[in-house]
Amino acid sequence: MNYQVNQKGYYGEFGGAYIPEMMVPNIEELRLNYLEIINSYDFRQEFIGLLKNYVGRPSPLYYAKRLSEKYQTNIYLKREDLNHTGSHKINNTIGQILVAKKLGKHRIIAETGAGQHGLATATVCALMGLKCIVYMGAVDVERQAPNVKKMKMLGAEVIPALSGNQTLKDATNEAMRDWINNPVDTHYIIGSVVGPHPYPDMVARFQSVISEEIRWQLEEQTGKENPDRVIACVGGGSNAAGAFYHFLDQENVKLIGVEAAGLGVDTPETAATLTLGSPGVLHSSRSILMQTDDGQITEPYSISAGLDYPGIGPMHANLFKTKRAEYLWATDAEVLDAALELTQLEGIIPALESAHALAALKKIQMKPEEATVVNISGRGDKDMETYLKHFGY
Amino acid sequence: MNNRINKLFQEKKEQVLSVYFTAGYPNLEDTVPVIQELVKNGVDLIEIGMPFSDPVADGPVIQHSSLVALQNGMSIRKLFDQLKDIRKSVEIPLILMGYINPVLQYGLEAFCKKCNEIGIDGLIIPDLPLDVYETEFKPVFEANNLHNIFLITPQTSDERLRKIDEVSTGFIYMVSSNSTTGAKASVSNFQKQYFERVNSMALKNPRLIGFGISNAETFRNACQYASGAIIGSAFVKAMEGHNTIEQKVSGFINTIATKS
Repeated sequence: MNYQVNQKGYYGEFGGAYIPEMMVPNIEELRLNYLEIINSYDFRQEFIGLLKNYVGRPSPLYYAKRLSEKYQTNIYLKREDLNHTGSHKINNTIGQILVAKKLGKHRIIAETGAGQHGLATATVCALMGLKCIVYMGAVDVERQAPNVKKMKMLGAEVIPALSGNQTLKDATNEAMRDWINNPVDTHYIIGSVVGPHPYPDMVARFQSVISEEIRWQLEEQTGKENPDRVIACVGGGSNAAGAFYHFLDQENVKLIGVEAAGLGVDTPETAATLTLGSPGVLHSSRSILMQTDDGQITEPYSISAGLDYPGIGPMHANLFKTKRAEYLWATDAEVLDAALELTQLEGIIPALESAHALAALKKIQMKPEEATVVNISGRGDKDMETYLKHFGY
Repeated sequence: MNNRINKLFQEKKEQVLSVYFTAGYPNLEDTVPVIQELVKNGVDLIEIGMPFSDPVADGPVIQHSSLVALQNGMSIRKLFDQLKDIRKSVEIPLILMGYINPVLQYGLEAFCKKCNEIGIDGLIIPDLPLDVYETEFKPVFEANNLHNIFLITPQTSDERLRKIDEVSTGFIYMVSSNSTTGAKASVSNFQKQYFERVNSMALKNPRLIGFGISNAETFRNACQYASGAIIGSAFVKAMEGHNTIEQKVSGFINTIATKS
C-alpha cells in the first residue's frame, strides 16, 4: 500500500485543501512550486549544509543502556533534543524559510503551542533577516515563558491569541487570518504535518531526515537494516511523521504514535484525537478531530502545550485507519513518571511532549533481541517549571 | 429551476442589499425575529450565519458573535427547528452561510434535504473547495434546488474566475479586498481596478460585493460596481446593546440611506 500523499493532496480519504478563496493564491503558489524548489540542487545544497553546520545534524542515535536493561530489550533514543533550538522543529523551519526565500516572501508568520516551533521559526528568520510574527495562545504564552523570551530576543513579534481556549488551535486560527489579510508578501511556516495540501507533505519531507538518519545509524551500530519498532509522540504529528517516513513501506517495522490523554481518555480533559475523534475538517484539511455531534471543535487539554491540539495530520489519520501504525495514549501522570525515569536513568531531561513517547514503553511488549527507537523530539528546558511543580525539587 | 435568488436578480439589477447575521445572536431565540425585521425594513436577501467554533475567514466581530451564539446553545439542529415555519411569513431569498465541518457532521444529504424542506435557496461555505463541490456536492445541491455561492477576491485569476462563473448558479460573492470579514474598506484604486476587471469579463452570474461594507457610503460605492452589496460585521455589531430587535434593525438599515 502507498502511504504517501497522492496527486490531489490526499492520504487515503484524508487531506485536501479546504481553504477559503482568500487563501487560494498562496496555497496554489506553494503547491505548484514546492516540489521543484525542494528537489533543486541549490536548495538541497543549502538545506543539507544548514542542517549539518547550523542545526548540528546528524542528531545522535543513542543506545540507552540503563533504560534497555530496565525494559530488558534494546532501546535507542533519536536525540532531536540536541538540535539547535532544542527540538525537531528546526528541520522544518530551515526547509520552509528557504522555500519562502525562493518564493520572494519578506514576512514570515507562524503558530506555536509549546513555543518550540515559534522559537525555531524566530531563529531561522533571524538567520535570514526576515520579519517574523508568531501567534501563540495566551495560555501558552504564560506556561512556556522561557521560549517567549527567546523569540522576542531573536527579534520576533509574539502575538497572544485570545480566542477559544487560548492554546495551539486558536494560535493556528489567528495565523490563518493573518495570511488571509496578507496574501502577497507573507509565507506561513506551519509547524506540523497539518493544514492544507501541500503542507502535510512538505513538512513530512523536511522532517524525514530523522528516519533517514535512523536507518544508517542503526545499521552502522548494529548491522540491522531496520528497527523493530519506532515510537514517537503525536500532537499534529510532525516528529512522528519524520521518524516514520522511511519506514512507511517497511511493513516489518512497527510504528507507534502516542497521543496526549491529559487527565484520561474517559475525561473531557484530554487531547487523544485518534482515540476519541471522528472524521471532519479543521484548519483546511480533512482528518480526524475531536468534535461535538454538531461539528464544533472541542477544546483539548494536555500538560504539554505542544500536544494539546484537537486534530492530527492527515497522514496519521490514514496510518490509523489502515492500521499501518498503532496509536496509544499516555496520561499526564504517566508522562511525568516517564520523564523522571529517563532523567534519572540516562541523564536526559526530555520535553513533556517526548515523554509521551517514553511512556509507551510501559504499555507494549518488547522482546530481548528487538531494537526499539524512541524519538526524543525535544528537550525539557522549557518545561522545568512544570517538572519542578510536580516533583517538588 | 425556480429559485428565489434567480427571481431576485431577474427583477432587481441594482442596489441589491444583502445582510448577514449570526443565528442565535445576541440571544438564542433572536434568529426569526431578526429575519422578520430585516424583511420589514426592505432588505433584499438574507444570509443566516451558522456559528462555528473556528471561523478562520472571519474577523473579530463575527468570531465573537459565533462564540456567543454557540454558548447560547445554537446548533444546526436548533437552527432548522427555528426556521421550520419561516416560509409562512418570509418571501425573500434566504441563504445559510457557515463552515464545512458542521455541515459534514450533520450529513451532506440530510442537510441539503432539510434546507430544501424549509425553503433555503442557497449556501455559502467559504472553505468548501471548488473541486470537492464539483465532484461530491453538486448533484446533492442541485437535487435540492440549492445554489452554491462561491467567493472571489482581488487575487483570483481570470482563469479561475471563468471557472467559478461556469460552476456558479445564483450569484458570485465578490470579496472586496484580501481580508477576513469586517476589515476596513474604502474603495481604493486597487479595488476599483479589480471591480472594473471583473465587470469587463461579462460573467453570466450577477455579483454582490461583500467584506468591509459598513455604511451608506461604502454601500453606495460598492453598488457602482456590482448588482449590490452585502453587509455583515457592521450589522452584527449593531445587534449589540439593550434596544429591542425592532429598534436595532430599523436603526441600522435606515443608516444605509441609499437603499431605494
